[in-house]
Amino acid sequence: MKRLKRLALMLVAPVLALAFAVLVTSLILVASGHAPLGVFTSMWNYGSAPDSLALTLNLATTYYLSALAVAVGFRMNLFNIGVDGQYRLAALIAAAVGGSLHLPAVLDVVVILVVAMLVGAGWAAIAAVLKNRRGVSEVISTIMLNYISIGVIAYLLTPDRLAVAVQGSNNIGTQPIPPNGQVPGFSVIGGAQNAVYGLILLAVACGVAYWYLLGFTRFGYDLRATGLSPTAAVASGVNVKRMVLISMLLSGAIAGLVGMPQLLGASYTYSLDFPTGLGFTGIAIALLGRNHPVGIAFGALLWAFLDTSRLILDLGGVSKEIVTIMQGVSVLSVVVAYELVRRYNIAAQQREVGRALAAETPELVGQGTA
Amino acid sequence: MVANHDIDITVRRGTVHAIVGENGAGKSTLMKILYGMQRPDEGTIAIEGEVVALHSPSDAIARGIGMVHQHFQLADNFTVLENVILGDEPTSGLRLDLGSARRRIRELGEQYGLSVDPDAVVEDIGVGDRQRVEILKVLFRGARTLILDEPTAVLVPQEVDELFRALGELKSQGLTVIFISHKLDEVLAVADEITVVRQGTTVTSVLPADVTARKLAQLMVGSELPSPQTRLSTVTEDVVISVRDLTLATPEGRLLLDRISFTIHRGEVLGIAGVEGNGQAELVETIMGMRTPLSGDITYDGKDIVDWPTRRRREAGIAYIPEDRSRHGLLLEASLWENRMLGHQTLAPNAKGPLIDRAGARKDTARIVSEYDVRTPGIDVMASALSGGNQQKLIVGREMSGDPLVLIAAHPTRGVDVGAQAAIWDQLRAARSRGLGVLLISADLDELIGLSDRLEVLLRGRFVAEADPATVTPEELGSAMTGAGGEAA
Repeated sequence: MKRLKRLALMLVAPVLALAFAVLVTSLILVASGHAPLGVFTSMWNYGSAPDSLALTLNLATTYYLSALAVAVGFRMNLFNIGVDGQYRLAALIAAAVGGSLHLPAVLDVVVILVVAMLVGAGWAAIAAVLKNRRGVSEVISTIMLNYISIGVIAYLLTPDRLAVAVQGSNNIGTQPIPPNGQVPGFSVIGGAQNAVYGLILLAVACGVAYWYLLGFTRFGYDLRATGLSPTAAVASGVNVKRMVLISMLLSGAIAGLVGMPQLLGASYTYSLDFPTGLGFTGIAIALLGRNHPVGIAFGALLWAFLDTSRLILDLGGVSKEIVTIMQGVSVLSVVVAYELVRRYNIAAQQREVGRALAAETPELVGQGTA
Repeated sequence: MVANHDIDITVRRGTVHAIVGENGAGKSTLMKILYGMQRPDEGTIAIEGEVVALHSPSDAIARGIGMVHQHFQLADNFTVLENVILGDEPTSGLRLDLGSARRRIRELGEQYGLSVDPDAVVEDIGVGDRQRVEILKVLFRGARTLILDEPTAVLVPQEVDELFRALGELKSQGLTVIFISHKLDEVLAVADEITVVRQGTTVTSVLPADVTARKLAQLMVGSELPSPQTRLSTVTEDVVISVRDLTLATPEGRLLLDRISFTIHRGEVLGIAGVEGNGQAELVETIMGMRTPLSGDITYDGKDIVDWPTRRRREAGIAYIPEDRSRHGLLLEASLWENRMLGHQTLAPNAKGPLIDRAGARKDTARIVSEYDVRTPGIDVMASALSGGNQQKLIVGREMSGDPLVLIAAHPTRGVDVGAQAAIWDQLRAARSRGLGVLLISADLDELIGLSDRLEVLLRGRFVAEADPATVTPEELGSAMTGAGGEAA
C-alpha cells in the first residue's frame, strides 16, 4: 500500500506535466485553426504504424544513451552540457578506426565501441581537469568544447585526412566500416521494413549498469551523496575532485556510445550528414525522466515517438514545430511538477512521522522495517 | 515595547538594550522573530503599545525595525550608494534618482556620525566602513529601531569605539538599538539595559551599573555545577591522538588557528571551551582532514596523519559528530539507513568490497534507532522528516558504531531534549571507559565540565587558558571564554 502510494507520487508529476503540455499544444492548434483531436489522431495513427515504431525504437536508443550520459553528471550536480561534442567526435574517430580495421567480427565491434568510449571520456576529461585545477564551471567549458569539437571534426573530415568521397554523391565520410564491424538489426516489429538497431541491447545494458552502479555500489553512493549535499559528502570522506573526474569520464564514455547504434547499425560511416544535436535532446530527456534509468527510458520513447509521428503533420498542413512546442512545454512543466512533488513529499513525510510519534505506539518506535 | 511568552523583554525608546546569552540560548531566534523572519508559536510583540504581527522582514521594516546582520549582506562590486538603495531604489519617473539618494546618505552620515563616501566601491572599503553601510541601509529605509546582531565580532578595537560613538548618536536622537553580543565588557560599556537569556528564556534584566562582567557571565551560563559523581578518571597513559603546533590560515594569511597543541590519551575527554567563531570549527575540520593546515603535525595511533585524506582518517577509527548536522552530518533528502552509511560508506556493516551492503546497513540502522531511541516510524523515512534532536541521536549512534578510537564531537547534544541528552552523555562516558579518546567542543558549559577530564579555552584561534574541570566553575570558564579578564583556574 505504502509502496503503491510512493509509486503514484512518482508518476503524478510526469503525467500532470504531459497533460499540461497536451493542453498548451491544443490551445495553439485551436488558435492556428486546426482541430487538436484530429491532429493528435493522425499523429497516433502514423506513429503506431510498424515502420514508424521501428524508427521510434531506433531514435529512442540513441536518445536513451545520450540522456544516461547527462544523467550520470546530473546525479552529482555536475552539468555535462558537452555530450553533443563528445559523441560526435567519438563517432568520427570510431568510424575512422572501424573503417581501417580488419578484425574478427565480434572483436571488431568491441574495438570500435571501446575507441568511441575512450574518445568521449577523453574529451569530457578536459572539462573535468579544468574544473578541478582551475575552478572553471563545467557548464561553460563543455559548451565551449562543443564548438571546438565542431571545428576539430571539420578539420579531420576532409579528403586528405580521415574522409573519402561517398560514392554517388557530393557527400564525404570516413572509410565505410566493413561487415565485420557492423551490427545487424532485429526485425522485431512485424510488418516493418526497417530493422531495429542491434545496439538497442547495448542501451539496455547501459541502463542496467547505471541502475546498479548508482544504487548498489559504494561509488554510486558517493556520487549520490555528493549530489544531495556536497558539504556532507566531503565530511563523510568523499574526495569531490576525484568524483568530478570519474563521473565526467563516465559521462563522456557513455556519450561516446551515443552515435554507435547509428554508425554500426545503419550508416557505417561518419559523413557530413551524421545526426547532430542528440546531446541536447539527452539533457531534456534526462530532466523528463528524473535521471532514473526507467524514467529516462519512458522519456526517450515518448520523445522518439513524437519525433517520428510529427513527420505526418506537414501533409495535413500543420506545422511540424508544434511538436517542438509540446516537447518544450513538457520538459519545462515536468521540472516544475517534480519540484512541487518533492516539496509535498518532504512535508508529507514530516507529517507522517509526527502522526506516528503522536500515537506513540511502542511497536512503531525503534523498529526498522527491514 | 516588545513582549514574548517565554522571553519577556521590554525595550525603551532611545536606549541601547543589550541581549546577552550563550550560543544556542535563543538570541538569534528571538531576533528572527522580531525581524519577521520567523513566526512565534505563542506570544505577542507590541510596538509602541500596539500588538503587531510580523509576517516578513518587509512588515518589520514598515514598522520601523531594521536589522544589521552579523555577516554583511553587501554586493562587493557595487558602490556604497548602490548598496544602500538596493531593493528600495528612489525613482523619479522611470529613472533612478541617484542624486537625491546620495544627498540623503550624506545627511544621514553627518547626522549620526556614520560618514562613508557614497561613491566608494564596497570591495575597496574596510570592515568598519562596511558595517556603517549596513547601518545606513537600515536607516535609509526609515528604521527607528535597529537590531545589531554581534556587530563587534568582526571589528578591531578602534572600530568598536567608533561604532559605539555612532550608537550613542543614534540613541541621543531618539532611535532605539537592540544590541546582541556575548562580549561582556563591550555590553557593559555601551548598553543602558541588559537582558540575559539562557536556554530560550529570559533570566533577568539588569542595569550595567549593577553588575560586573563576572556576574554577567555567571548569569549567562547558570551557576549550578554539574553532577560530580562522574569524576572517576579513566585516563590512561596511551596517547591516542596528539596535535602539535597546528596552524591554519585563510588564503589572505589571517590566522584561524595559531600553534594549537594538545594530546588526548585513551579514555580521556579533552574539552574545548570557547565562544563560537574562535576557531573551534576550523580545528575540528583540520583534524578531520577537511582543511589543510599551514603547518603542524597530527599524530594518531602512532602514525602521522596530517597528509591523510578525510576518508582514510575515518576508516582508521576517527569518529566525527559535526557542529552543523544539516550541512555536514546528514543527507536530508535520503533515508535514515542511507544516512547511517554516511561517513562509514566504506566500512562494515555498510559495505562489502566495492558494493553497498543494504541489508547490513538497514539492520544496523534499526539497531541504532532502538539503542539511541531515535523516534521514527521506520528507517525508510527521509532524515529531514525527523526532529533535530532525533537526527542528532542518529548521528551520535552512527559515530559510536564500529568502536572508534577517537571521537571528535562538536556540540554532541545540541538540540536534543533533556532525557536524550543524559542518554548521550551516558553513551559517551561508557565509551570513554572502554578507552575512547574524545575531543569535545560544546557551548554548554555544564556539559563540558561534566564530561571533560581536562579543559582548554580557545580564544581567537589560540589556547589561552587551561582549566581543571574538577575545580573550575562555569562562571570562571565563561569569563575566560569571553575575554572578560581573569584566567580560569
